[in-house]
Formats: sequence, structure tokens, C-alpha cells
Amino acid sequence: MPPLQLSPINSSKPSYIPIPILIITLSILCLLQQNLFLLYFSPFSSKHQTQKAWLQQTAKKRKQLEKEAMGVGLKMTMKGGGGDHVGGCDKEKMGFEETELRLGLPGGGGGGGGGDGEVVRKRGFSETVDLKLNLSSKQDTSGIDPNDEKVKGLHQEKNLLLSAIDPAKPPAKAQVVGWPPVRSFRKNMLATTTQKSSSEESGEKAALVKVSMDGAPYLRKVDLRMYTSYHQLSDALAKMFSSFTIGNCGSQGMKDFMNESKLMDLLNGSDYVPTYEDKDGDWMLVGDVPWEMFVESCKRLRIMKGTEAIGLAPKAVEKCKKRS
Amino acid sequence: MAEQMSDDDERQQSPPSDLDFTSNKARTCIVTGSVSGHTEFQSLYPDQVLENVLENVLHFLTSRRDRNSASLVCKSWYRVEALTRSELFIGNCYAVSPARATARFTRVRALHLKGRPRFADFNLMPPDWGAHFNPWVLAFAKACPWLEKVYLKRMSVTDDDLATLAESFLGFKELVLVCCDGFGTSGLAIFISKCRQLKVLDLIESEVSDDETDWISCFPEGESHLESLIFDCVECPINFEALERLVARSPSLKKLRLNRYVSIGQLYRLMVQAPQLTHLGTGSFSPSEVAGQGDQEPDYVTTFAACKSLVCLSGFREIIPDYLPAIYPICANLTSLNFSYANITAEQLKPIISNCHKLQVFWVLDSICDEGLKAVAATCKELRELRVFPVDAREDSDGPVSEVGFQAISEGCRKLQSILYFCQRMTNAAVIAMSRNCPDLVVFRLCIMGRHRPDHVTGEPMDDGFGAIVMNCKKLTRLAVSGLLTDKAFDYIGRYGKLVRTLSVAFAGDSDMALKYVLEGCPQLQKLEIRDSPFGDAALCSGLHHYYNMRFLWMSSCRLTHQGCQQIARAMPRLVVEVIRSADEEEVYDRVQTLYMYRSLEGPRNDAPKFVTIL
Repeated sequence: MPPLQLSPINSSKPSYIPIPILIITLSILCLLQQNLFLLYFSPFSSKHQTQKAWLQQTAKKRKQLEKEAMGVGLKMTMKGGGGDHVGGCDKEKMGFEETELRLGLPGGGGGGGGGDGEVVRKRGFSETVDLKLNLSSKQDTSGIDPNDEKVKGLHQEKNLLLSAIDPAKPPAKAQVVGWPPVRSFRKNMLATTTQKSSSEESGEKAALVKVSMDGAPYLRKVDLRMYTSYHQLSDALAKMFSSFTIGNCGSQGMKDFMNESKLMDLLNGSDYVPTYEDKDGDWMLVGDVPWEMFVESCKRLRIMKGTEAIGLAPKAVEKCKKRS
Repeated sequence: MAEQMSDDDERQQSPPSDLDFTSNKARTCIVTGSVSGHTEFQSLYPDQVLENVLENVLHFLTSRRDRNSASLVCKSWYRVEALTRSELFIGNCYAVSPARATARFTRVRALHLKGRPRFADFNLMPPDWGAHFNPWVLAFAKACPWLEKVYLKRMSVTDDDLATLAESFLGFKELVLVCCDGFGTSGLAIFISKCRQLKVLDLIESEVSDDETDWISCFPEGESHLESLIFDCVECPINFEALERLVARSPSLKKLRLNRYVSIGQLYRLMVQAPQLTHLGTGSFSPSEVAGQGDQEPDYVTTFAACKSLVCLSGFREIIPDYLPAIYPICANLTSLNFSYANITAEQLKPIISNCHKLQVFWVLDSICDEGLKAVAATCKELRELRVFPVDAREDSDGPVSEVGFQAISEGCRKLQSILYFCQRMTNAAVIAMSRNCPDLVVFRLCIMGRHRPDHVTGEPMDDGFGAIVMNCKKLTRLAVSGLLTDKAFDYIGRYGKLVRTLSVAFAGDSDMALKYVLEGCPQLQKLEIRDSPFGDAALCSGLHHYYNMRFLWMSSCRLTHQGCQQIARAMPRLVVEVIRSADEEEVYDRVQTLYMYRSLEGPRNDAPKFVTIL
């Protein structure tokens, strides 16, 4: 599922346009920055990579590079504005968003670099639907994180946008599809290893954990080090699993769970509840312990139905009672 | 068509219908007479005697080219050859149908299939184009249940196919999947659990989806026949304890390539169990994150030293260079070393490479710079194959390697046969030097990553360099060109590249003449892949005399039109002409985005996706 900054392509609603370019580019940069780490620490699915990359390449060049960037920027900002209703985002929009991301890649659709290359095209609805279905159906792609490729797409975008924006550097050449002819498998491996070594030098390790949600057809992965609070994590998870609701996370964030009565109210509903498996193998409710401790001890996340998580609640509250 | 079949014919289809079989009987009698010498045998069982003799003799014929030639002699030889062929190679899975293959070759033990064209690896084709293993496995399951070995390259294999494979072939022994996709760990689990005689399971550069299944545990208990287990491309963690137990009970295990989820500590434990290994992929070659601070580091050096048979080393997926000294003891025995995932510097390479006197195959990243290449050239006098991959595979990245390292290699490694070299700058002089120093070159693939980049010293096109290669390297069969190239380069190739079978062209040439030179000049040309070059319909038509001899022709982002491709399709009925367009439905322009055409006995395939039009 795409990150929040994407917006649906809906050419029938021209009222979202126009917005100042500066805000757009700044927002792109900020939003992309967040996703940078996610990109580097998630294993890549080459198949989806290929699929996404291919779809990028099929964009025809109808507009200039700047126009495309603007288009993307506009769409990104639009989504940023509409981020609040992400929970209610229906699957149609998700499909569009995915499409959106692919189309928006300036120069990524460069395709054949020589002479009369390709022209930017808007992808038809049928492909959107196909793409969405492809991702959500449980084929052999179930374990793969589609988020990765989108983030990668964003990253590429960022590369191109940044170099286009940065006055110090000469504008980078738009990367041509499949050139140089290095298999994406190899490219991905190198991207992963170089990033890992640099992060190890800085003394930090990626805290990648798998996130599974009951009823979702595939797993996701998050890097806990990308977030600094439960609130951020809950936002990210919410975006990942659009039907996921964590309930009301007020200013205290997930510490609301400490409040037994509120917890009971929450769990009695059919809301989803995030739980995690710690180093001892115990399943606990998220929000139990201070954030740093959580990051250290969390091995995997599971978003359970509220009704199932009831058994955990007393334990969690007990534990925190013991500690306090 | 018959007279144009080259010796290098890799098709496994029946000879074309215009081949004359009617005079067979007369020929057979004459042959029999000379073989048996007995008149009564001659009149009673001429064919049977001949066939018995032939069968016994042809069993010894292993080369598929020889077998192809033998099968053309006469109908009898054709029949016997088909019965005795145990290894079936099909270079393009769409050239012949599974039904036809199984009808002709009934006693096949090993099947080798190739699917997608190579440029599909570089995102030049939408996924789901085809090359499905499914019809093949079903056909062979019915017709050849004694199949033991399957080798697939660039094909789509599903979990169900793996299950069918394991269930239908009781004595199945070897599965090798190179650059395949479509399956996951659950498919592997089913395959492994049902395949009791499995000796070889090699997954090389394939995409394996993570279905969270513990496939390693699925190997049957008890002593295993496993000789080779390669899973370095599997991008998910594995059950290490199960792997350790598996290695411990596999006394015949010779090849083991681990994925990057195996830490160096775990590697140590495995090596202790299997000192008889000849090929080792070392996994991540770094410690796992959970290693305690106070843990004693195992003695890696001794463990490596104990593996006296180790000749091929690879892996190093997340290398911590501090651990490199562990491999010093075995360097002297190594014939193959793959550092292509290890981002190491020249200084880190030198102590290792200076001991690798026997090295024949060396894959490395360009992080070692020209200096590292000089060190290689200084020591590795037996080097046959060198591949230098880019760490940063972009057009405008800094190039740590250049013509300096290239020339050093050519001067030091005179026996070089195969080279793949990615760089940002090159000179004609260095390429010419290599053509003179390394006359044994069979594969020459130079990728100057900047498109249309000329000789960076003289500013001239790279024509003379590649010209020298085709002129001086008389054994050259595979060539990939790059940099700024005019029609002159292709003129050279057409004139001197008489043995060239595979040619890869990208962003090169000025006009149709270039392609004409090649199509008219290279009689052995089998695989031609071209992208982003200004070749049009006229050039395409100049190869009509040759297309039935080729396995395939790929042209993407060139100047072809639909009419031109239609012309070809009409002129050559046995050629499948596929026009692949982008996933979008609309095709406003007449320009053909991608042309992929190949000879086939079956006509248009029935599993073509929507974005493929077969003319």
C-alpha cells in the first residue's frame, strides 16, 4: 500500500489543481526522506520490481520532465492534504495510487533512450484494476512487500527530482530502462549490502520486523528505527493496512492502553489491536513498554482482531502495574 | 531450408518436410550390405540389424550437434537417434511444443529448456510474457516418467509445477533453476519432501517468493543423497538448525551455496560438518546481529584450511572485510572466486588474489579499481573468465575501473577466454591491445555504461577497438558492444566475425547498413539482440535468408514499423513474429516498440498475453 503522500488519479476532479510548486517540492522531499530508510532495509521483490519498473517505462513522453514532476508534486500534495481519511480509503483509490506513483516518475518512463523514445501515457483503468488485484490476490507473491517497490519508485523519483532541483549539481541524466544491463537482482543486492554496511558503521542496526495482520493476504515489514514514537508507528501501520484502526490515540499515544477501562472499551469492539512478540516469545500488546525498550525487544508484530486480543490485555496491564 | 541448417542446429524438431526421404530404402539396403556382409541378414532383417548396431553406437554420441547431424542421415538414423537421445536441449521453449518433443524423444532423462529472451532480465519486457514450464511438465509426466534432470533458464515455474515434478517422476534427481520465477518457498517445500532421490537442487539468480515455509526442514530424514544445494538467491531466512542437520547427514554433499541469512558463525558450523565441499557459497560472511560480546570467535582459518577440496568460493553477501583472512589457506587451490557481491577495495583484495595462482574464473565488483585489476593480472596467469560488475550501475556514476585495468588484464592474463567488463570510459587502444594479447577470446562483452560514449582519449568512436576484436580473436562466438559506434564497427563484425553466434547491440549504429552488414556477413549468427538503435524495416528485410537459422531476433526501440514486421511474417511462415507493446491498450503510433521473433514449428503460441501481438 502506498505511503500517505500519494493521491488518487482522478482526472474528473480538476478542482484539486493548482498549488504552488515550492510547497510541492518541499513536501516531496520531506515525505520521501521518511521512506528512504524503508527502501534500503526492506528486501526487494524482484518480480514486483520488474512489474513496477516495466509499468514505469510504459509511460509515453507527452509532457516535459518538469511537467511530469509538477504533476507528481501536485498529486502528492493533494494526497498529503487528504491524508486524514486514509482509513477510509477504498481499494479503488489504492489501485489508482499505485498507478499514480508509477506514472509520476519523471524520466523513469524514459524507455528507449535513443531518438523517438516513448511517450507518456496515462494508464487505463483496466490496468489499474489488474495491478491492484494482482497485488492483493494470494499468489506466490503473498510474502512480498509491495511497499518496497513503491518506495523504491519514490526513491528514484527523489534522485531525479533532487538532482533537477539542486543548482550545484548539473542535472542528472534521466535513467534509461534496463541500462546499464545489470540484472535487478544484482542491483538490489548491492543496494542492500552497501546500505547495511554504512548503517553498521554509524552504529545503528535496522530493526526490521514483520507485520502480519489477521485477514490480510500478505505480510509487510517495517523498520522500527524509522519511528520515534508509538504514534508514528501506529500512523504508519494504519496506512499500510487501510482497514486497520487502532482506536483513539490521543496525545498520550498508545499509553492509552495502560488505562484499563479504556482498553476494555476498545477491545470489546471489533477494532484491530497491534500486538508484538518480544524476545522471550511472549505476545504483548503494543504500547506496554517505553518506546526504546519496545524497539529493542520487538521481534515481530501482529495486528489481531480486538476480540482475540482480550487475553493479552490483563497481562499487559499487570506487567505495567508491576513496573510502576 | 534444409541446406541452410547450420551445424550448430539446436532445434529438436523433425527435419523439414522438403528433406528427401523417398530414396531411403535404397540407401538403407546399401548401407546394411556394407555393414553386415551377409546376404540372408540383408534380405530378412536389414532394418533391425542396422538399428541394433546404430543404437549401440549412437549411445556414445553425446554432443547434441553431432546428434543433430546424425539424425539427418536417413530415416533409420533419425529414429534410432531419437531413441538414444537422453539429454534434450531446447533453446527456445516456443520453438517446439511439448507434445512434439515427447513424441520424438521417448527416452529422455534430462531436459534443458530456455524461455524468455535475455533482455527480459533488464525490464525491457512486461512480466507474464510467457515461458511457462507447466505444459512441459505435464507432457513429460505422461510421456517420459523416467526423467531425472530438469534444467530451466528464464522460465516461469509455479508451485504446482514443482509439486507435479516431484510427484510424477519417481527417480527425479536434479533440478536447476536459473533466472526463473513464479514459485515460492512453499513450492520448494512440497518438491523437497516428495523427491526422495534428490541429488541436486540449484536455485541460481531466481526469484523465490517468501511464503514463510520452512523448506529446509522438508528434506526427508535419514541419509540424504544430496550432492549440491545452491540457494544463495533465496531472500528469506532459513531454519539453520535443520540445515545443519541436513549437512551432517549428507556425506556426498559437494556444492553448498548459502544465502545471506547465514552468518559467518553458522557457516563455520556447517563447514565443520562438511570438509569435503568443493564449491562453497559463504552466505553473508559477517557475524549475526545477535552474537554476544563475550563469545569466542571460532577459528575460521583452521576450518577453511581443513576444506582441502575447496575449489570454488562465492557468497560474501554482506562481507565484513576483517574476516577475509579466513580464506587465505585455500586461495592457492581456488579455481573460481566470486566476489561480485563483496564491496572490497584493492588493498583488501591484494592479499587474497596474490595467492590465487590457479584461479581461472574471477567475478568481482569494480570497487577494486584499476589497481585491484593490476594485482589480478600480476598473479592470475591461468585466468580464463573475468567479470567486473559495477557497484553503482548508473550511467553517470564515477567509474573506478577504466582502460588502465583493462589493459593490465590483457597483458597479464594471456589465456583469457571470456570477459564481461562494465566501465565508464574506455579507449580503442586498450581494446586493440586485448585483441592482440588474448587471441583465445571466445566471449567479449564490454559495457561502457555511458551511452554513445567515444574513446575518452581520442574522442573517436569505438569502431576500431571492436573491429580489432573480431579480426584478431578468431574463436570469438559471443560479442556485446557499447560506446559510440558507427556503421563501420558493424562492417567489421560482418566481415570478420564469422563464428559469432550471439551479438548484443545497444545504442549503436547510424543506419540500416549496420544491421545489413551483420545479417549478411555472419553465417553463424543465432541470437541477435538489439535495443535503441536506428535500424528500420529495410534492414530487417535484409536478413530473410538467415532467420530460419537463428534462434531469435530481438529489436526494441528501433525504427521498425508494423508494415515491415508484417512483411517478414508473411514471407516466413515458420517464423513467429511477436510485437510486444507496453501494457497500455492504445497503440497510437505505428512504430513497433519491441519485436521478438523466433523460428518455430508450432506457429503462434496460444498463451500470449494481451500485450503481445503475433503477426
